[in-house]
Amino acid sequence: MKLDMAIEELHRSENELHSVLLGMSDRHKADHEVFHVTRNMAKWSEQHVAELAEVGREFGLTLDPAAKTPSALVETLQQKTSELTGRQSAPGLLLLADLRHLYREAGGTALDWELLAQGAQGAKKKELLDFAERCHPQTLRVSKWAEAKLKESSPQVLAS
Amino acid sequence: MGRVDRIAEPWGSRTPYGPGEDWPARVDSYLSDGLTEDDVDRWVQSASILHSNGDGMDIAVKDGRIVGVRGREVDRVNHGRLGPKDLFGWQANASPDRLTRPLVRRDGELVETDWDTAMDAVVGKVTELLQEQGPSAIGFYTTGQLFIEDYYTLGLIAHGGIGTNHVDGNTRLCTATAAAALKESFACDGQPGSYADIDHADVITLYGHNVAETQTVLWTRILDRLEGPNPPKLVCVDPRLTPVAKAATVHLAPRPGTNVMLMNALLHEIVRNGWYDQDYLDAHAVGFDALKTQVENYSPEVAAEVCDVPAEQIREAARLIGTAERLLSTVLQGFYQSHQATAAAVQVNNIHILRGMLGKPGCGLLQMNGQPTAENTRECGADGDLPGFRNWNNAEHVAELAKVWNLEQIQIPHYAPPTHAMQIFRYAEEGSIRFLWIIGTNPLVSLPELQRIRSILGQERLFVVVQDIFPTETTQFADVVLPAATWGEKTGTFTNADRTVHLSDKAVEPPGEARPDLDIFLDFAHRLGLKDKDGEPLVKWSDPEGAFEGWKECSRGRPCDYTGLSYEKLRGGSGIQWPCTEESPDGTERLYADGQFFAAPEYCEEYGRDMITGAPVAAVEYKAMNPAGKAVIKAAEYLPPVELPDQEYPFQLITGRTLYHFHTRTKTGRAPQLQAAAPEVWVEMAAGDAADRGFGEGDLLEITTPRGRVEARLRISGIRTGVVFLPFHYGYWDDPEREGRAANELTITAWDPVSKQPLFKTAAAAVAKLADATGPSAAPTTTASAPAAGSPPPTTGGRIAEAAELVTTGGQA
Repeated sequence: MKLDMAIEELHRSENELHSVLLGMSDRHKADHEVFHVTRNMAKWSEQHVAELAEVGREFGLTLDPAAKTPSALVETLQQKTSELTGRQSAPGLLLLADLRHLYREAGGTALDWELLAQGAQGAKKKELLDFAERCHPQTLRVSKWAEAKLKESSPQVLAS
Repeated sequence: MGRVDRIAEPWGSRTPYGPGEDWPARVDSYLSDGLTEDDVDRWVQSASILHSNGDGMDIAVKDGRIVGVRGREVDRVNHGRLGPKDLFGWQANASPDRLTRPLVRRDGELVETDWDTAMDAVVGKVTELLQEQGPSAIGFYTTGQLFIEDYYTLGLIAHGGIGTNHVDGNTRLCTATAAAALKESFACDGQPGSYADIDHADVITLYGHNVAETQTVLWTRILDRLEGPNPPKLVCVDPRLTPVAKAATVHLAPRPGTNVMLMNALLHEIVRNGWYDQDYLDAHAVGFDALKTQVENYSPEVAAEVCDVPAEQIREAARLIGTAERLLSTVLQGFYQSHQATAAAVQVNNIHILRGMLGKPGCGLLQMNGQPTAENTRECGADGDLPGFRNWNNAEHVAELAKVWNLEQIQIPHYAPPTHAMQIFRYAEEGSIRFLWIIGTNPLVSLPELQRIRSILGQERLFVVVQDIFPTETTQFADVVLPAATWGEKTGTFTNADRTVHLSDKAVEPPGEARPDLDIFLDFAHRLGLKDKDGEPLVKWSDPEGAFEGWKECSRGRPCDYTGLSYEKLRGGSGIQWPCTEESPDGTERLYADGQFFAAPEYCEEYGRDMITGAPVAAVEYKAMNPAGKAVIKAAEYLPPVELPDQEYPFQLITGRTLYHFHTRTKTGRAPQLQAAAPEVWVEMAAGDAADRGFGEGDLLEITTPRGRVEARLRISGIRTGVVFLPFHYGYWDDPEREGRAANELTITAWDPVSKQPLFKTAAAAVAKLADATGPSAAPTTTASAPAAGSPPPTTGGRIAEAAELVTTGGQA
């Protein structure tokens, strides 16, 4: 049985998604909605990482329950940079690039949840399946947000 | 006929009535000193413009001047009554400092000019930017105080003619969440209930809605029920001890920012006790199971901890709401301007869906508005929606609109939701919007984080046009100022919060060269040479009635159908509620009778949004979820507010309004009775918080947040502990030397991801004493700012505030 590998991989990708969200939040502090919504979505990943660590124990894994975060210094620097460059149009292009990256990260993580759910079904692990089905939609919401925000922001960035 | 000091007694005398009875009429009037009704040359029909209630009134005219007002007895909204702002606010029209000539900036100074020069400057800049960048450079920021005719014409010019997606109103600050919450639950905007539900309800629940101050006549109706036989019970959710809270059977005063937690606990109790209508849910709703799962963990005990409200009070409120036979609910800024605004307002809708209490007498749901014509920005496409509640995400709706406007479909932006106000200012900040036309609103007092707004509007690269009736904090930042006519000086229609359409006729000439807003827009379209796809002029009308007829056609077959209305029909009688068609010529009192909604996928205005991220739901998802067009129950998890108190900023700051003022006081500050009733900013704190810090009534305090500082004198009021309150009305136009007077120096730039309404009631603040009191603060004593300690002199208006009251049916005055 390779469910442990799926859990380990998810733990890695949720950690990655968490730091992508927080990094993006810091880089776009001057874009207030991006700043706040990415932080709120990061809480889902934080929760997923903690629960994956817990679930992982049953499969003999030792995973860190605390999600990875950017260092406080990097955080402050990025927020300040965003505030200082908030008057320029280049951050618009950076936002599009970041949204594209987030969309792919969240999409990959959502697929990993899909994999875990399929594996749990195959192994008839009901609790694991419930867990995956509970978390999967939240990750999908992240990629939907990234797509929607990209659709909303791109006309102004590209046509101005 | 009695005379009552309507500053001291804002709601006037009681005319008690019982459930199911007609609300007795009481005709309120006020005329300039020394005049009687015999002196009046003529009465001109109108409705109130200084709040959202839509009270029918007549304007008294003598010698070509407005000399007073009188409530319209026949009107379904007010049965003759008027509030203090209606009775006294009209005096501002004749204020000597009205803008009477266009202004343009020359060598840094605003100087008087003629209309040709001003409009050529505006049109020249727009033309230049359209050539250089295209429509994405052009933005419009309008108001909730124009008329249907103005909004519809502006929407056509901006969305259709110029083709920009950047049109929104200050209604984003007041009513956006009402619209968003209705779209989430019913897939379409449109107020379900009627004010007449007050006549029938046995329980009235007011969520963050201090109706006693925001809609005084509506509160008068409730007060009359409370004094009559078999009165309704009130449930009030408000962190302040408002007049509503004092009259309530249960008053819940949650910590600011915890509304979703509280609502989920109320729903938890309703579900747990089986106080829902399973047959109604089976037939008319989707999403109940997800809600049940969501609220399972939100027990009253959990909520008690987070909201700091006793669990027993939550249970008692849930019992009243859950066992009411005719439940009326109203919602306003305490939810709309707070954290998780839409998610919280939607839970109120959920209660009505769960209980099957929609579309029946007394079973009203009223997602309120803050401004008199906010409803029309939503209908006419001047606020980030397409006209006629059309769905930007439905290509057939856009095609239909293109047909009405005789334009190619691609000319109308529909690639994303129309840009909301906060994003318009963001685009101006980063430099991609380079022309901003601000109409009838004063963002330099009313938007959050004023230092940021000043820095945005102060940019050289941004061309700012301001269309208003007075010089304001905002006109100082304009490149061109256009003097407008106002209520009483122009003809048009507008719609209140319960869908009642009123006609407001022109009573007098505007001062100087001031022009009606519609005329300004028509002139702009003409000078810009806007054409339809056949090369004919895009705007086909030249007067208000023509614009109204155009709007009627645009509304045909949509939920807000006006085709059964006309100026002639609206003259003489009561206001009429839309939809009004050939089949329903007298209008429609309540929407959604018998569980019939506007939610069918091909017809609905919106497919909804994610309650946490705000991402729009895709068409295919909506079709799969709600193929039969039922009501949509949407659950939401509670999230902590974006800014929480800490050691440095230990208080939660909320801003709000007072009964005597409207917005940035540009009118009410020029009406002597209203100005005297609330002349100066104050700050409210609870007695315990003040005592802990050694503060007393009238002490001069400094309130700070990371964004700025305000100085205000302390009123120790009945507000909950840990919270400070500032009224947002006060700015700098009447005291230009002052600094730190506007509450929005302190507020945070953040908004609800669903409705995009800014969070005025979510900031952490510090408070320190600057000077001892020299007397009590100037806060009114008649309202939520009533003193909790000591006895400052009561708020009175004296002889000049005495208005007449004539009770014509039943009751006594």
